Amino acid sequence: MIIGLPVNANNLEEGISASYGRAPFYYIYDSQTKEGHFVDNKAAGDVGGVGVKSAQLIIDQKVEALITPRLGDQAAQVLEGAEIGLYKSQGTDIMENIEAVLASELEKLTEIHPGHHGN
Amino acid sequence: MKIAVLSGKGGTGKTLVSVNLAAAAGKASYLDCDVEEPNGHLFFKPEGIETRQVKVPVPRVDKELCDGCRKCVDCCTFNALAHTGKELMILDRICHSCGGCVLVCPQKALSEEYRVIGRVERGLWQDVEVHTGILNTGEAISTPILEDLMNQVRGLDGIVIIDAPPGSACNVMESIKEADYLLLVAEPSIFGLHNLEMVHELAQVFDKPFGVVLNKVTEQFNPSEQYCLDKKLRILAKIPFDFELGEISSNGGIAYNESPRFRLLFGDLLKEVLDEAAANS
Repeated sequence: MIIGLPVNANNLEEGISASYGRAPFYYIYDSQTKEGHFVDNKAAGDVGGVGVKSAQLIIDQKVEALITPRLGDQAAQVLEGAEIGLYKSQGTDIMENIEAVLASELEKLTEIHPGHHGN
Repeated sequence: MKIAVLSGKGGTGKTLVSVNLAAAAGKASYLDCDVEEPNGHLFFKPEGIETRQVKVPVPRVDKELCDGCRKCVDCCTFNALAHTGKELMILDRICHSCGGCVLVCPQKALSEEYRVIGRVERGLWQDVEVHTGILNTGEAISTPILEDLMNQVRGLDGIVIIDAPPGSACNVMESIKEADYLLLVAEPSIFGLHNLEMVHELAQVFDKPFGVVLNKVTEQFNPSEQYCLDKKLRILAKIPFDFELGEISSNGGIAYNESPRFRLLFGDLLKEVLDEAAANS
């Protein structure tokens, strides 16, 4: 399974980002090869539609499960359209969350906030 | 004469000033441009309401024709399109109706459809024409409703009072662009001062004549007043932080009509504004 997470930096130490759409990087981990890599979030600096653009990035990385502390409604609409599983992170440790989702220990993300889009 | 009332911060008194100026004018048009939460109508309670829907074009995809090339996704500045690998998704609420995606689609799979995002209501209170812009709940982009209101403004004669939305973003700019004169309403607080600075800058960018109304004025130090003195901005009125005024407003009353004190204050303010606007036009 390919797992994606919004992260604070391009290393495993600085943890999961509090923001989904404006996270500076995503960590993409493949549980079969047990390898991961960091992807630059090009949407982070955009004025609007950040959630949608970063959802496109997650889709293009072939992610099957996204672990995030929160998610806006527009991003959720796109990710759900791509049938990507959405999971709520527990704490901020990246590898602990990946292990938890593989062990089916993470809850589905049910609280979708109304987003930050506007004028 | 078209006068726009703005403030940066919400809750400063734009609607209080706008409603009372329109009432003082007697024969006037009042436009509520705070389309996310218009409340001028609560005071006027206009009658004979006519409603006009406001629609915007949004793209629709013909799934048979779309080959997933994603040129539309890359073209959209507002990130309103995404391709899930299986299909194209269109996020209506963040679409700015520019039509770019329709133009770039090599398959001609995209076309435009009109979608209702809100309405404009027009009614009468005495001799005041009350125009209210209303954005539907959940919608994110208000400018098309303001454009509709501004189209009305161009055709209006006499005194027109434009009650602008809070802030200093696109929606405010749209609301003030037709105005001959700007009234900046300011609160006596650090936050109020910050927002006064923002709308002051906006007035300068638009190169429009303006004056300041200080609201909620007490005996205490007023940072907004100090700013006006330092920058030599014209203060047209000081509205006191007053129990009677608060009570009238909370009951949906118009102070100009209900209180002799405020009839005098808003009557004088209207005269000042019209004199200033005429002197600068």
